[in-house]
Amino acid sequence: MNTKSLIHLEGIHKIYGEGDASFEALKGINLDILSGEFVAIMGPSGSGKSTLMNLLGCLDRPSSGSYRYEGIHVESLDKTQRSLLRRYALGFIFQGFNLLARTSAVENVELPLLYRGIGRRKRRQLAREALDSVGLADKERNTPGELSGGQQQRVAIARAMVTQPRTLFADEPTGNLDSKTTDEIMLSLTRLNQEQGITILMVTHEEDVAQFAGRQIHVLDGLIAHDQQNH
Amino acid sequence: MFAMINNAFSIALKEIRRNLTRAFLTVLGIIIGVSSVVTMVTLGEGTTEAVKSQISSLGSNLLMVRPGAGFGPRSRSAGVPDFTEADVDALLRQVPGIAAVAPVRNTSTSAIYRENARMGGVTGTNPGWFEINNWTLESGRFFTDDDLKKGAAVCVIGQTVVDDLFADEDPIGKKIRVGKASVEVIGTLKEKGQVGMGDQDDTLVVPLSTLRRRLLGQTSAHDIGMISISAEDGVDSDWMIENIETVLRERRNLQDNQENDFSVMDTRQIAETLSSSTQVMTTLLATVSGVSLLVGGIGIMNIMLVSVTERTREIGIRLAIGATAKEVLLQFLVEAITLSSVGGAMGIVLALGFCTLLAPMIQVNFIFNTQINIIAFIFSAVVGVVFGFAPARRAASLDPIDALRHE
Ligand SMILES: Nc1ncnc2c1ncn2[C@@H]1O[C@H](COP(=O)(O)OP(=O)(O)OP(=O)(O)O)[C@@H](O)[C@H]1O
Ligand SMILES: [Mg+2]
Repeated sequence: MNTKSLIHLEGIHKIYGEGDASFEALKGINLDILSGEFVAIMGPSGSGKSTLMNLLGCLDRPSSGSYRYEGIHVESLDKTQRSLLRRYALGFIFQGFNLLARTSAVENVELPLLYRGIGRRKRRQLAREALDSVGLADKERNTPGELSGGQQQRVAIARAMVTQPRTLFADEPTGNLDSKTTDEIMLSLTRLNQEQGITILMVTHEEDVAQFAGRQIHVLDGLIAHDQQNH
Repeated sequence: MFAMINNAFSIALKEIRRNLTRAFLTVLGIIIGVSSVVTMVTLGEGTTEAVKSQISSLGSNLLMVRPGAGFGPRSRSAGVPDFTEADVDALLRQVPGIAAVAPVRNTSTSAIYRENARMGGVTGTNPGWFEINNWTLESGRFFTDDDLKKGAAVCVIGQTVVDDLFADEDPIGKKIRVGKASVEVIGTLKEKGQVGMGDQDDTLVVPLSTLRRRLLGQTSAHDIGMISISAEDGVDSDWMIENIETVLRERRNLQDNQENDFSVMDTRQIAETLSSSTQVMTTLLATVSGVSLLVGGIGIMNIMLVSVTERTREIGIRLAIGATAKEVLLQFLVEAITLSSVGGAMGIVLALGFCTLLAPMIQVNFIFNTQINIIAFIFSAVVGVVFGFAPARRAASLDPIDALRHE
């Protein structure tokens, strides 16, 4: 095992459901991600990308296999410890945003800071900066219901970035964005990766978005089909 | 730890503010439950208290004898004879310690003065009755033994009757028509007030002989429905009751194996009977309003269940972002406790409002009962926590992704 390996997956299986209705979404994934990498995960719809991301983000547990994050056996952690790992090390951008309803954009972005115990003033300031960096400075009072799909997605991005997590998982972060906003978001992700050394794993369907990453992994039918470095 | 609690508070309060409708409905259930329990129990206690104080105003050394076993509201069994005047005389002669004794025969009929008329009770008795029942005169005089002997056409009336028949006139000396007889008002009674078991001042008294001769006609010697007795000071009432029973058993020819076919009670026993029946009523009211508290709780549960999808997603989001299950639960606990204590407090305030408004209307004193307020408050808190907190516990035990997928 590489000493710089941040994420190490071995024989990861994920089976949804039970008995006849069960479905094997991941069929034995082996994967190493190094600290500081920017990885794009691609593949057809239903191939298991989100399933993989959820496992990596400690939101779900594999049916079998082992997952080590910074050398820690994640499956040996209890619920609270996994929560704390998510709180202090991981950031997650959901395919479906998952913002708190009836809660203003800025308060949504503040949420992870609140659980980190950061004071009110500092929280507000950091949240505003994050919203500003995704071009939503003028929408901080709006609730998700008052925002377009792309704007909600950007709030979700700001919420994941605001804590400057060691590792950022992004499930189709530009799925709802036009090409200009997409470029802006990709630039800020690249900056986080290069300037702060944040490791980024990003699911995308778009070839030109994947070009921002240094490495492309193709998932097909629950297995890794290709794994290549960009040039 | 302190930071965690502090956090939970600020998040919980934010969540409440964000979902005011939900919060309002939750609180409403508790308000209804708590206010009805507190109102009913408080007024019930006031009633009990009123009955007790009225009974003590009757005087402590009063005894009543009635035909029939038991002393409930008119529990006279069929076929049991009323008392005779000879019974009354025998009691006065044979039972030591009697200060006064009065035969009482009641009927109900009309009373008319000019264009004013009323229907109501008429009591036929002897002059001792006024003393036994602690009456004092407002004006005029009581009737006398002489009036009784002659069957004089005279009556003494309470303030309610005065108000019914005489607008501004002085009643003394006026002739009123009672049933088919014309009688003269010779005295009016000082107001006793309207406490607990009915209006004491709704009273029209005539000599027993007058009632017999002029109003009803005597059909049988057994026409006395009740005997009122006042004991001399310092006489033990249990001993006196025993003596009365012995005399009456003999006069009514009861064998040793036969039960009393009459009953004797003193004021203390009457007080106990009456206050125990009002206590039954209070318990009943408390039960009924306890049910409404429960219904309030079910209402809260409903609201919680309706919002459980949204709340489960909320919990999923918080967990995904790095909250621990404990933090999330603390937040929900604070929310539930805040809402139910606000509801409980508002319920109590509302109830006290109701009581101050209603107590004078039903003529009881407003007695603040700390205990019931505390019980209702704690119960509301428990209801809120149980129904508000239980769904959150389930959600917080899920993996974040399962909570997020909840639909
Ligand atoms: N909770 C679940 N229960 C049962 N099957 C599931 C569940 N979640 C996902 N699946 C199945 O697992 C497979 C992989 O799903 P996943 O969401 O990982 O796909 P994906 O690669 O992210 O697709 P997309 O590009 O459309 O987002 C799909 O066939 C899906 O139907
Ligand atoms: Mg997906």
